[in-house]
Amino acid sequence: MKPAPFRYHAPRSRADLLALLAELDDSRLLAGGQSLVPLLNLRLAGPANLIDLNTVPGLDGIEMHGDTLRIGAMARQRTAEHSSLIKMRCPLLAEALGHVGHQQTRNRGTIGGSIAHMDPTAELPVVASVMDATLWLDSTRGTRSLPFADWSAGYLATQIAPDEVLTRIEFPCWPAGHGWGFAEVTRRGGGFAMVAAAALVLRDAAGAIARAAIAIGGLGATAVRGTAAEALLIGHAPGDAPISDAAASAASLPAESDIYAPSDYKQHLAGVLTERTLLQAIQRSGTHV
Amino acid sequence: MAFEYAPVPLMNTPAPLFGQSIRRLEDDALLRGKGRYIADIALPGMLHATFLRSAVAHGRLLSIDVSAAEALPGVHRVFTYADLRPSLTCDRIPLAMPSGAIRFDVDPYVLAKDEVCHVGEPIALVIADSRAIAEDAFGLIGVEIESLPAIVDPRLGLADGAPQARLDCKDNLVARMTAQYGDADHAFAHAAHVVDAQFHLHKGGGHSIETRGVVARFDAEERLLTLWDSTQMPHQAKRMLVKTLGLDESQIRVIAPDVGGGFGPKFVFHPEELAIAAAAMLMRAPIRWIEDRLENFTATTQERDQYWQISAAADADGRLLGIRGRLIHDHGAYTPYGVALPYNSATNLLGPYVLPNYRLDISLCLTNLIPATPTRGAGRPQGTFVMERLLDRLARKTGLDRAEIRRRNLISPDQMPYRTGLTTRDGGAMIYDSGDYVESQRRALNFAQWDDFETRRQAARKEGRYLGIGLANYVEGSGRGPFESASVRIGPSGKIVVTTGAAAQGQGTVTMLAQLVADVLGVRPETINVIAGDTAASPLGLGAFASRQAVTAGNAAHRAASIVREKILQVASSWMEVSAEDLELADGRVRIKGAPQMGRTFAEIAGALDGMPGYALPAGTSPGLAAANDYQPSALTYCNGTHVAEAEVDPATGVVRLTRYTVVHDCGRLINPMLVDGQVIGGVVHGIGSTLYEMMIFGEDGQPQTGTYADYLLPTADVVPRIAVHHMESPTNLNPLGIKGAGESGTIAASAAVTAAVEDALREFGVEIGELPITPSRLFALLKAAR
Amino acid sequence: MSERIAISVTVNGVVRQAEVEPRLNLADFLRDHLRLTGTHIGCEHGVCGACTILFDGATARSCLMFAVQADGHAVTTIEGVASPDGTLHPIQAALSAHHGLQCGYCTPGVVITLLELQRERDGTPIQETELRHALSGHLCRCTGYQGIVDAALDVL
Repeated sequence: MKPAPFRYHAPRSRADLLALLAELDDSRLLAGGQSLVPLLNLRLAGPANLIDLNTVPGLDGIEMHGDTLRIGAMARQRTAEHSSLIKMRCPLLAEALGHVGHQQTRNRGTIGGSIAHMDPTAELPVVASVMDATLWLDSTRGTRSLPFADWSAGYLATQIAPDEVLTRIEFPCWPAGHGWGFAEVTRRGGGFAMVAAAALVLRDAAGAIARAAIAIGGLGATAVRGTAAEALLIGHAPGDAPISDAAASAASLPAESDIYAPSDYKQHLAGVLTERTLLQAIQRSGTHV
Repeated sequence: MAFEYAPVPLMNTPAPLFGQSIRRLEDDALLRGKGRYIADIALPGMLHATFLRSAVAHGRLLSIDVSAAEALPGVHRVFTYADLRPSLTCDRIPLAMPSGAIRFDVDPYVLAKDEVCHVGEPIALVIADSRAIAEDAFGLIGVEIESLPAIVDPRLGLADGAPQARLDCKDNLVARMTAQYGDADHAFAHAAHVVDAQFHLHKGGGHSIETRGVVARFDAEERLLTLWDSTQMPHQAKRMLVKTLGLDESQIRVIAPDVGGGFGPKFVFHPEELAIAAAAMLMRAPIRWIEDRLENFTATTQERDQYWQISAAADADGRLLGIRGRLIHDHGAYTPYGVALPYNSATNLLGPYVLPNYRLDISLCLTNLIPATPTRGAGRPQGTFVMERLLDRLARKTGLDRAEIRRRNLISPDQMPYRTGLTTRDGGAMIYDSGDYVESQRRALNFAQWDDFETRRQAARKEGRYLGIGLANYVEGSGRGPFESASVRIGPSGKIVVTTGAAAQGQGTVTMLAQLVADVLGVRPETINVIAGDTAASPLGLGAFASRQAVTAGNAAHRAASIVREKILQVASSWMEVSAEDLELADGRVRIKGAPQMGRTFAEIAGALDGMPGYALPAGTSPGLAAANDYQPSALTYCNGTHVAEAEVDPATGVVRLTRYTVVHDCGRLINPMLVDGQVIGGVVHGIGSTLYEMMIFGEDGQPQTGTYADYLLPTADVVPRIAVHHMESPTNLNPLGIKGAGESGTIAASAAVTAAVEDALREFGVEIGELPITPSRLFALLKAAR
Repeated sequence: MSERIAISVTVNGVVRQAEVEPRLNLADFLRDHLRLTGTHIGCEHGVCGACTILFDGATARSCLMFAVQADGHAVTTIEGVASPDGTLHPIQAALSAHHGLQCGYCTPGVVITLLELQRERDGTPIQETELRHALSGHLCRCTGYQGIVDAALDVL
């Protein structure tokens, strides 16, 4: 199980990187390698050129810009997981990162790598979805951004162009006092999720739910928002929020069967996890706004 | 010839090491990364091999064109069946085991000849400068295969008019047999209670973390073939190579180096072992093949599916009257291991219970899947599962507590030795030699706080959690013969060398043998050099299977060491002119009791027995300070135990979490309790894997869908409960040391106990589990159907 | 054969230089080029953990990295864990004392993860649940993990 031959490129600057991307046909970007290298080893991927992002400086920052958390695509998952900034401003992301792979893979695996690979059951796309993350792409043609909602282009595919690189992900942080919930159902302990869900809740000064966001991963190629479920919650006090209606709404989202989980089971899990993450989020939410 | 059950006098327990949890001699090197596994062996001029494998489950192999591949720089040669056949003595690898039930033996070819019968079957062998280059060549080999219908489900394979899984077999029923005694139908006619059940039992692969691998070197001048092989059975591999390569026994040496786990599949001689040996002879260069994980999923034998239709009959008090039913076993594409697997299921079903009447009709179906051969437990967990699930269903039907119905049916200690109505697969009567099954269950229930469980259940239920508890008893016939070899030799260097035909894959065999020999010779175990798994060191041997090596090699080594001890005493007594009774062995010396400065070293005695040209040996002894023994057990010795599992089930998601696990285990006298604990706990966890996680999935076309450890799930540290092991020691009188095997027994009851706990946790929903593994989606489907 | 690239890697404190094919993974480089065969290969897709090493002090799967990526970096393998005088590291000794290894194939990777845990915990005791979670990135077919867990609880 050894990769096919490829040419290895180690750009030392962003400009070099973009030039390589513009110039080379049939290239793949190597971030943390935790998803791509297995595919190379199995010869399920065999690009002529491999461009290593690990040698490009400046792609791994974690910083706040106003109320927006900016994470460089090459920030390691484990660095982000333990970042006090992220724990404080975006606790959902920190919690979800604890479910990504294993400690040994999170040390290498990157935030951008996971978002770019778009495994249907991965945790980070669920967070990106529920937080309405914005993705920033660079190429010699310029810089563009697109919302996560527009990112997927089918199974394991995204809108990235062959000459582009994902450079950072921006998460608009919810105000202090927001509540968050994350849960997933795996086939075994801390393994890959069958279905994962994230919820965010913000309550107003009177305690009523002012904002809610729910995203479910694992149902299809990409994480999806439970927009109908979200709408049901607005204006309700936590005690009488129609959680089970929201769960039922999430359970009606379309789902695709796979060899481990039929679609009816996935839909059922979407409902169960919506309920659980909403309860968690409500319980964690304050009324400081 | 059948074995005769023949008790022997039990020895007094040796001392002082016997029964002590001494640290393993194997550990130091392994902890430093200084082990020597198959992939660590690098020889000068060594080439690398890979196998091009069938991408389809069944097809007619029409042509192979290797010319473009052989032209690739770095590729030395591409072999097909036609290229290797002239070097072999026979068309197929003669693996067949004697069995009257087999209708036709289907031995594999070294490489596919004209038909491929499962995905992963080797078609061509590429020899190159590196593994990577050899893989580059795959795309350049032109293989033309005419696809044929594939048999994946053995039930469909046995149906009238089913397509042939193999063109060389006229139908798919490779064997049919019946395990029976008494009159089951009569028993059912007079039963107060009858339960019927259907089970689809799946058991996964061995999944040693080290895959298989072979390094072969042929020395043309010496005409000596050396094969390093990650195998449980180096002597068996040598026998196969002798038969197929036409060399004699002096021309082949097989060495099992450090082996990174076995668990069953490395028992089986696979075609790659012969192909690499033959290629090394043809190429006149050392060749290494290290199986990769994808190959391990598609070309290493595995255990798989059994379909049971089974009924149990009991009297009004819940005492078993009879069990009858039918078992369909998915045998895979070849028959490298005879009928052992389903036969073990059939015999182990009896368990520690009195079962007056029994009939199980067993059909083995050829399928277009990897051959099915034993993995740890070897079919026994399935038999135990069926019996234990039937007992739970009878308990429900009769209203008896699950423990009580078992207690009423257990064989009592005063019935020992207990003759069941069956014969073992080697033809001997199936006789349980010893054990107190009633006490085993009593202790397990006590340790597991079975009687208090309802309180725990109710407390958890108030918190919205669903707890359940399950119980299973089992026996395992261990220490299978016909023999195992060991020798103990001391040369003039004074070094004690123990050789054995046993082979180690992590069980601690070296420590176990050193511990036994050290006791006899009065030395520290770390001063002993144990050589296991090398055919040059031990001319005869079998190896690792059937939880047998402590029983067979242990008794052989102990006997050999005792003979050496006698010889030391004899020579020293003569030299020092003292009675042997006044001598003792300590610290590598024989010395006078009470006057420890008066003595001789083993080196001196060995030197004298080594002989001086023209001088007589001392005291009229025979030459050499050495002894060999081939221990032949007269019958299987049965270890037994009881498992109690507790599980928490989330009915909303179908997720199962194991919370407690208790084992009472009786393998007779314990040589090294720490090692036995390790075997039992590892076995239980393997069983937990089979029960909850491990599932080899194939498409209807026979394509494996699970080829990585992201798809096929082994149990991990976070899902495994702490396992409390308690020992009983009922010595057997079938070997002088009173020991029984322990290697597989942890696996045997795990599926039954865990399944019982899960069912119990969901009892208010009335869920009955009939299928393994119990995945969350399957449990959800059962709950959905029940609601 | 594709181009070869010169690399310089500090392995167990020693600078090692080599020319390697880009597709050579780091595990194979350590094993076949440097003959440090204690780093084992079990799956080559990053799940089993047998190939775990320290890369610049953090655990990483060496089967999921290429040797060229180690240029200018520091790697610690199992061969660099015991003291130079040969004394086993306390983690290694505890694994033996608690029967935390049988066939030994997964052991080097497990030792490396426990080293990282020990450093990160820096004396703060670890709960068994948390420990088992950290170990869940290693597959062991022999021990049922209990001996490994007991060893780690003993020394962490």
